[in-house]
Amino acid sequence: MGTQTGISGKQADLSGWGRFPRLTGRLTRIRSLDALRKALGPHPVIARGNGRSYGDSAVQVQGTLDMRGMAHMLSFDDSTGVLVAQAGVLLGDVIDSFLPRGWFPPVTPGTKFVTLGGMLAADVHGKNHLRDGSIRQHVDWIEVLGPDGQIHRASASENPELFDWTLGGMGLTGVILRCALRLRRVETGYIRQSLHVAGNLDRAIEVFEVATSRYAVAWFDCLGQGAALGRSVVMLGDHAEPEDLEPAQRAAPYDIPRRRPLRMPVDAPGFALNRHTLRAFNAVYYRAQARKAGESLVDWDRYFYPLDTVLGWNRIYGGRGFAQYQVVIPLASARAGLTELLGAISDAGAGSFLAVLKRLGPEAGPISFPMEGYTLALDFPVSDAVLALLTRLDAITAAHGGRAYLAKDSRMTAETFHKTDPRAARFAAYRDGIGARGVFASAQSERVTL
Amino acid sequence: MNRRVTILGARSDIAMACAHAFAAAGDDLTLCARQSETLAEAAQDLELRHGGSVTLRELDVLDVDPQAFADDGDLPDVVICAVGVLGDQLLDQDNAAAIRSVLRANFEAPAALLSAYATAMEDRGSGVIVGISSVAGDRGRATNYVYGSAKAGFTAFLSGMRNRLAKTGVHVITVKPGFVDTRMTEDMDLPGALTAQPAEVGAAVLKAVERRQDVIYVRGVWRLIMGLIRLIPERIFKKLSL
Ligand SMILES: Cc1cc2nc3c(=O)[nH]c(=O)nc-3n(C[C@H](O)[C@H](O)[C@H](O)COP(=O)(O)OP(=O)(O)OC[C@H]3O[C@@H](n4cnc5c(N)ncnc54)[C@H](O)[C@@H]3O)c2cc1C
Ligand SMILES: NC(=O)c1ccc[n+]([C@@H]2O[C@H](COP(=O)([O-])OP(=O)(O)OC[C@H]3O[C@@H](n4cnc5c(N)ncnc54)[C@H](OP(=O)(O)O)[C@@H]3O)[C@@H](O)[C@H]2O)c1
Repeated sequence: MGTQTGISGKQADLSGWGRFPRLTGRLTRIRSLDALRKALGPHPVIARGNGRSYGDSAVQVQGTLDMRGMAHMLSFDDSTGVLVAQAGVLLGDVIDSFLPRGWFPPVTPGTKFVTLGGMLAADVHGKNHLRDGSIRQHVDWIEVLGPDGQIHRASASENPELFDWTLGGMGLTGVILRCALRLRRVETGYIRQSLHVAGNLDRAIEVFEVATSRYAVAWFDCLGQGAALGRSVVMLGDHAEPEDLEPAQRAAPYDIPRRRPLRMPVDAPGFALNRHTLRAFNAVYYRAQARKAGESLVDWDRYFYPLDTVLGWNRIYGGRGFAQYQVVIPLASARAGLTELLGAISDAGAGSFLAVLKRLGPEAGPISFPMEGYTLALDFPVSDAVLALLTRLDAITAAHGGRAYLAKDSRMTAETFHKTDPRAARFAAYRDGIGARGVFASAQSERVTL
Repeated sequence: MNRRVTILGARSDIAMACAHAFAAAGDDLTLCARQSETLAEAAQDLELRHGGSVTLRELDVLDVDPQAFADDGDLPDVVICAVGVLGDQLLDQDNAAAIRSVLRANFEAPAALLSAYATAMEDRGSGVIVGISSVAGDRGRATNYVYGSAKAGFTAFLSGMRNRLAKTGVHVITVKPGFVDTRMTEDMDLPGALTAQPAEVGAAVLKAVERRQDVIYVRGVWRLIMGLIRLIPERIFKKLSL
């Protein structure tokens, strides 16, 4: 039952999307500024959005603040596309409300089940990072409840330091309350997609480097070895214009056929995974081959959020959970670094996994993940062997000047983190400077010592 | 649809979920609550997401003249009452003032207010009245009979009004949500499979209004559970701790 001071709430499962590590702790639903202020101190707390980060970024055993109770959209400007909303609003709700009026998120992760606060705190990137940057490039301003209990408005021109460190700062500078986000005008709810089969990594990189589309992403399996290492399908996409649609679709260009969600009811045994992902990959691969350079129209939901129809798909990995490994390797060493990473994975015989490759544009923001280069993301069911493999991958990433994405990380050591991301020391110093360190901390920030 | 829907006790999570369900269906809302000004952002949100208009109105059911309140302004097409107070059984059961206030907030005041709407709707010959009651009213139990008996009274009142109005074009719906994950139950450990999200209640209430259902349990399993609980003979029931 609630206590008088500090944080109320109850014990809850606080694990991230990967369900590894499994953590329980005190979870408090925040519905008002008053409640939020009361929750600060004496114990450290961390904000939590929709729990779609994979590891322990949104976990503080002593006090995790569920921000989904502050989820109001406050205003929208039809001429500029600027939406003002509270941090707990779900991206999917933004799409539901504004796509019918011709607006789409400027940047989106691979799931719509994230909060705006979580997107900003991780400074998420999408398949359009090279073209459009990360979410920070589309944020006019934010309001943050700082460690002093005061609300600070921050933008590129007002409190720019707070703005910079909060976008990508993983909740460690304060709690984001509201933001003004610039949506993108779109004329339809469809994407014109073209699939390009690449026989190996070099070919895939070539496709990325000459692509002129807004969106680009590659899927590949890690089975390919030797000359076939990196055998993949590169998927390029652009928002479709009304002329691209069938006449029937053109009459209602933002309406798409509804997908019926499936639910993963119980923990699937680990072996279900390989079959599932392999089949998905092969389906795309062979479809792409058959069609050659064909273009197709895909609705926004299938294009951006193919996994969202299977609610609770994270359970497919079985009881011990899974780890997502996502790193970026700088452009100059991308080919060598990726080759070595993929080689180590296939040597470990850890099975076959679906991997995702994206091209990232220049670094922006002092602690955001993206830098000019290629980012690789793979899921692994957790086992001792896999954890050992990931430590080897860390060494390869470090050797090639790469770094890991905190929103996906669940197990990196402090040593690896500080070695691969020298910006961490400045971030820690900034946190000390504003008095954030004892007030905001996550299991992850404690693990990697931020 | 563009009905006019009035929601009493609108700061409740269940009420807010109903507001979203009806607004999404195209209806205009009047949200009545204590400290109604705190709903300003919720009102902006509803208007922005769904279009339609949202009006705020101050209401403390314990401090209002029911008929004057119901007669002030346009008579709505649908009125939903979500007002309720859980209380604390152990603290309340030996305290006459506390018992009285739980009974008043859950039964007496909502009954009086909905009656006022019923009379006006009966004169007009149309309207829907929705009362959010509770499965706790289906049988008194040691752990929550102060609240439960108030809800039992409210349930009986609603069924009586339904009976009275059946031939008038005014329809009365009783909602027994079972456990719902709201502010009221925030600090309790509720069994997941038996616990509905507020949005499920909102959708169920909208459906009940559109299909003119009489009594709904939000998750079907509750109809079964309460059916069984009512079947247990009293001489056994009195010894159980449920
Ligand atoms: C299927 C899938 C695909 C994904 N694809 C991508 C992708 O393509 N690109 C990408 O960048 N990411 C991707 N992600 C990661 C995801 O976008 C981020 O982890 C995002 O932060 C999750 O948002 P959330 O609301 O669930 O936040 P949570 O996971 O709950 O929290 C994430 C971080 O945000 C902080 N936070 C949350 N709310 C607030 C707030 N109000 N104020 C301050 N801090 C806050 C938390 O403290 C935590 O550090 C993907 C995740 C999944 C599950
Ligand atoms: N949650 C469950 O498991 C559950 C189960 C079955 C039935 N119910 C019923 O569902 C309804 C909604 O409850 P909830 O779960 O959404 O909890 P809630 O958020 O606590 O809602 C109860 C609402 O009643 C309002 N209220 C209480 N006294 C009032 C008064 N004198 N005047 C005006 N408003 C008053 C409260 O107003 P303030 O916001 O101003 O306090 C509050 O908004 C209640 O009738 C409850 O009994 C709930």
